[in-house]
Amino acid sequence: MKTPNISTTALKDWLASFSLKAIFFPIFGIVAFLLLWQVGASKVHTSLGEFPGPVVVYQQWNSLLDDHRREKVKETKFYERQEVRIEKRQAKDPSYVGKIRSYTGKPTFFEQIFTSLYTVLAGFGLATLIAIPVGILIGLNSSVYSALNPIIQIFKPVSPLAWLPLVTMVVSATYVTNDPMFSKSFLTSMFTVTLCCMWPTLVNTAVGVAAIDKDLLNVSKVLQLGWLTHVVKIVIPSAIPLMFTGLRLSLGIAWMVLIAAEMLAQNPGLGKFVWDEFQNGSSNSLGRIMVAVLMIGFIGFLLDRAMLTVQRFVSWDKSQILR
Amino acid sequence: MSTHLDISKVSIEFPTPKGPFKALDEVSLKIAKGEFVSLIGHSGCGKSTVLNIVAGLYDATEGGVLLDGKEVRGPGPERAVVFQNHSLLPWLTAYENVELAVKRVFKGKKSKKEMHEWILHNLALVHMSHAADKRPNEISGGMKQRVGIARALAMEPSVLLMDEPFGALDALTRAHLQDSLMEIQKDLNNTVIMITHDVDEAVLLSDRIIMMTNGPAATVGEILSVDLERPRDRLALANDPKYVNYRAQVLTFLYEKQRKVEPITQASKVVTSTASRAASA
Repeated sequence: MKTPNISTTALKDWLASFSLKAIFFPIFGIVAFLLLWQVGASKVHTSLGEFPGPVVVYQQWNSLLDDHRREKVKETKFYERQEVRIEKRQAKDPSYVGKIRSYTGKPTFFEQIFTSLYTVLAGFGLATLIAIPVGILIGLNSSVYSALNPIIQIFKPVSPLAWLPLVTMVVSATYVTNDPMFSKSFLTSMFTVTLCCMWPTLVNTAVGVAAIDKDLLNVSKVLQLGWLTHVVKIVIPSAIPLMFTGLRLSLGIAWMVLIAAEMLAQNPGLGKFVWDEFQNGSSNSLGRIMVAVLMIGFIGFLLDRAMLTVQRFVSWDKSQILR
Repeated sequence: MSTHLDISKVSIEFPTPKGPFKALDEVSLKIAKGEFVSLIGHSGCGKSTVLNIVAGLYDATEGGVLLDGKEVRGPGPERAVVFQNHSLLPWLTAYENVELAVKRVFKGKKSKKEMHEWILHNLALVHMSHAADKRPNEISGGMKQRVGIARALAMEPSVLLMDEPFGALDALTRAHLQDSLMEIQKDLNNTVIMITHDVDEAVLLSDRIIMMTNGPAATVGEILSVDLERPRDRLALANDPKYVNYRAQVLTFLYEKQRKVEPITQASKVVTSTASRAASA
């Protein structure tokens, strides 16, 4: 009887030491926050009613889910009706070629999340494609650095709201086709994100490249490595940690900028959702906006985790602690 | 013996805010093929600068370096360097680190299979075959330095330049690597220039010891030919009168003729110099 007793107490001790920090404290923090929120929210009265507390927000979340399901059912029925109609026509006239018209219903909250996600990833991807090569170039060559540094320093702190009107006008003027692949609002939001989020990646890549261990540079010189081998084998691996610091900062900024850009550019994403609810001004609006706020935060967190996972995968130093 | 490497009246000045700083003044040295030469001197005397000029990493202000009658311009794999802190690429395995050098030097001259065998051969030479797939942070300091040596040897350099190769290692590992180096040197008969601040290491390994004066404007002070039969055995030599005498000559040069003037009181100066003499003995 003695031995299992010892092992159970050990297990308990282990569980206690583990769960206190990993489980209890975070739960305590969240519960305390929810309580404070509920109490605080009931004290704030706006023209659209009481500020939404957690309970109202949860109800609105459910109602948004319902909206989404209802809309999906409508959409499927819409397509079914078309198919039935086409089949009927073809039964009478076999030469008839039917055309399926796409559903034009209002995008639901969850479709808007998806729109936001691919817009931010497109903008961030484009920014990365520009920032990493330019960052490497600047880091390698101090003359290029001196030439570009003032420009970078001036454009880095510019707010997305300042860029947006310019980007809108340029996109309208240059993207003229009869058969547009992308909507203009998407392009405007994407380019605004790109313009605002490429700087941390660019600067960090440049710093990482410039900070390569001098001994490794000497190795490269003694081996007389070609330019490409030098960049691929020595420059990029040693710049990777800082590069990822930049990428994570960039992705965070991209996500923040996107919401503002979507509000103004009317790209059908989360930013537009918030703006529309605000303009709508129903008694549900504040609760729905709060759902969007929490969703934005949660997705931002997931994006950062995803980036961290990529970094773990790419990083050569597996012993490095990444957080 | 004919001259293989000719360091001819090399001087170098570095620009500083207070005007040019002359680090080396007319360093001249002729080295024969297969010779093992050590550069010894106090820290800051410009030993590494000499090595970097031979490697082509620094440009001499005056004078120049001839290798087989050709002037050295810039770095190149025929003058391989073993760096003090190993300088392996931390993201490559031991095998890949050597491979980088081998691919650079033997591309087009050896087939893929020959290159692979050559890499393994060089890792075996430094007894590192077992850790070929380990990254630098997974192996000890001595093992890293071995890989660094394997990388340099794999380039089949006409001169092997070693910058305090064992300086950062503990005494036992250092002795072990010194023995390995002597063994490799016996087989390959490389021309080697090694920087050291270890008197025993210099006497044990070298054919000649170049003692450098203190900087600024450092130059070759004395040259000591070490006439001990090879293979040399550290235990047998420890009490050999010739060996003891060579050691004494180097120590005399370093601690009497070229004693570093230190801005501390006379009493502590005596203490430190005897202490350092005791430490190196």
